[in-house]
Amino acid sequence: MTSEMLATILISMLGGAIRVSTPFMFVALGETLTEKSGRINLGLEGNLILGAMVAYAVSYQTGSPWLGVLAAGFSGVFLGLMHGVICSLPRVNDIAVGIAMMSFGTGIAFFFGKPYIQPSAPRLDGLPLGGWTDDSALAQALDINPLFFVGIAVAFVMWWALANTRIGLIVRMTGDSEASARAMGVEPYKVRIMSTAVGGFLAGVGGAFLSLSYPGSWNEGLSSGQGLMAVALVIFARWHPLRCIVAALLFGAAGALGPALQSVGISAGYYFFNAAPYILTLFIMIASARATSSARGAPGELSIVK
Amino acid sequence: MTAVTTDDVPTRRSDFAKVRRTAETILIPVGALVASALIFSAFLLVLGKSPIVYFELLWRGGFGTAFSIQNTLQRSAPLILTGLAFAIPAQIGLVMIGAEGALVLGGFGAAAIAIPLVSAGIWPPLTMLLMALFAMMAGGAWIAIVGWLRHARGVNETISSLLMTYIAIAIMNFFVEGMLRDPASQNKPSTMPIGSDYMVGDIPGTAVHWGLGAGIVLAIALQILMGRTTFGFAARVTGGNPRAALAQGLPVGTLMVTCTAIAGACAGLAGYYEVGAVHGQANASLVAGYGFTGILISFLARHNPVVIVPVAIMFGAIAASGGLIQRRMDMPDATALVLQGIIFVVLLASDTLYGRFAIFQSRSGGDRT
Repeated sequence: MTSEMLATILISMLGGAIRVSTPFMFVALGETLTEKSGRINLGLEGNLILGAMVAYAVSYQTGSPWLGVLAAGFSGVFLGLMHGVICSLPRVNDIAVGIAMMSFGTGIAFFFGKPYIQPSAPRLDGLPLGGWTDDSALAQALDINPLFFVGIAVAFVMWWALANTRIGLIVRMTGDSEASARAMGVEPYKVRIMSTAVGGFLAGVGGAFLSLSYPGSWNEGLSSGQGLMAVALVIFARWHPLRCIVAALLFGAAGALGPALQSVGISAGYYFFNAAPYILTLFIMIASARATSSARGAPGELSIVK
Repeated sequence: MTAVTTDDVPTRRSDFAKVRRTAETILIPVGALVASALIFSAFLLVLGKSPIVYFELLWRGGFGTAFSIQNTLQRSAPLILTGLAFAIPAQIGLVMIGAEGALVLGGFGAAAIAIPLVSAGIWPPLTMLLMALFAMMAGGAWIAIVGWLRHARGVNETISSLLMTYIAIAIMNFFVEGMLRDPASQNKPSTMPIGSDYMVGDIPGTAVHWGLGAGIVLAIALQILMGRTTFGFAARVTGGNPRAALAQGLPVGTLMVTCTAIAGACAGLAGYYEVGAVHGQANASLVAGYGFTGILISFLARHNPVVIVPVAIMFGAIAASGGLIQRRMDMPDATALVLQGIIFVVLLASDTLYGRFAIFQSRSGGDRT
């Protein structure tokens, strides 16, 4: 392999990682918030797909892609509220409800999304940060969608807010010990419903990126399970908003490796790299499973770590 | 009506307690189905469509003619098997959602092992048997890892089985797009077709492949295993209270690994029939979401193996009638997905109702609906 080929691969991986990682980042941040409050939402795949459809439809109808992003977020709030309220009923299994919400969200997205498969909606424009270079491949890789930076900003805000604000403290306390939350006069189910709703908003925005930026159109095969992987990403990031950025970039880079290798003519064998993040997450789970939840940074009330 | 105190007439209580409990486990899911149908009807009315026409077409497309009944049964075959794949671990207390991966791996494994067997010209029935066994072994071993990790390392089975699903799909893609790719499959990379001689036939007199028969036989066998044997009893005790099971000296690890292996074998067999009776080769069509629909079916059947069969047939009918509804009512094929989603959500929410109605409890009282 020549150094030129390597450079081509690295540049297209850089661009690919940034593009592919953005929806990962949003679903991971949404899931982190929900799990910090002590509940798991396995249904973010539904939020992602519904968000993608709503964003595309609203962008097509109004001509404003940013309005589409906002609408996608609120479609996520709708699903998140449903999940949050149903899981607050006694004896209801939050994991199973997540799978149900995935199937429900996907169903309504496909149902109402049929008319929008053909038309072309205004997309979100990227920020041409590669203007300084003559290398067209590098310039293309640095044409970064603003939502990527929004995601990073959200991660920093969430990290700061969880550690330093009253609301952050309440969310963490509810997630770590329901009893102490009750003792402080906090209603755990209210905190969890709100956290799931806000988490749903973020996942919806992640969906908007799929339809309005990359791949950049609405169809029924748009998501390849990014929403389902949110749970794995959060474990990978160990429930830390800033590490969600790293996890998303890593998952994104693994996903971008295939197309990058294809661009230099290597088409076989990269499926193992696609599976690499999943294998890595599994190993992290195996290695840390016996540790106490506090050592892992996991919320104590979370059903999957109990 | 005044509530009877708990120490009142113990003999009458024991006579009726079981009947009441059974009534509760039947009436609450049926009530959830009715509620789902009402919500879905409201959804249709808002869109200006007639719910009566919809459900009439659903019936006609699912069960109206001999052809539609066969179509329904054909579609229900993999769903019975994936439903079982969720139900058996559920009885031991595991939420195992990896049937999709075991199905893919089983189907791919069957197609892969068929390549040398078919080219060597082995007697077809023997080849089919070997393919089916290999599919069950591949799926079973795959999901047994999930059970073992849960017991030996305390790894959450839901997340690990989800990850294993993605790894299984990647393994299939790796081979199907690489060394096992049939050069003739241009647009959709696939393994070599196994050839019509090696395809599983239909149940005589029908157009339904033998996967349905296998599903029904397995459902009955697993019902007996879980309900009538020491193994099943030990598994259900473990599901009810793992600590008590350990304290009693039950082999919890063996039970978990066995239950997950059975689950994986069921899903792997579904994959075999997808390859050996439907597609004739392994490709991306195997990733059709049967594994996830199976979860819903198992919940609706309350993880009861035999009840899974009629529930799977009901979902087969929803899928089979999709085309008719699409043509007659001018509605997208995703309509069935919406209905499924509503049923799933309402059904899980109805879990909260158990024990809430006095009429189902051993002491008599007014119905609070």
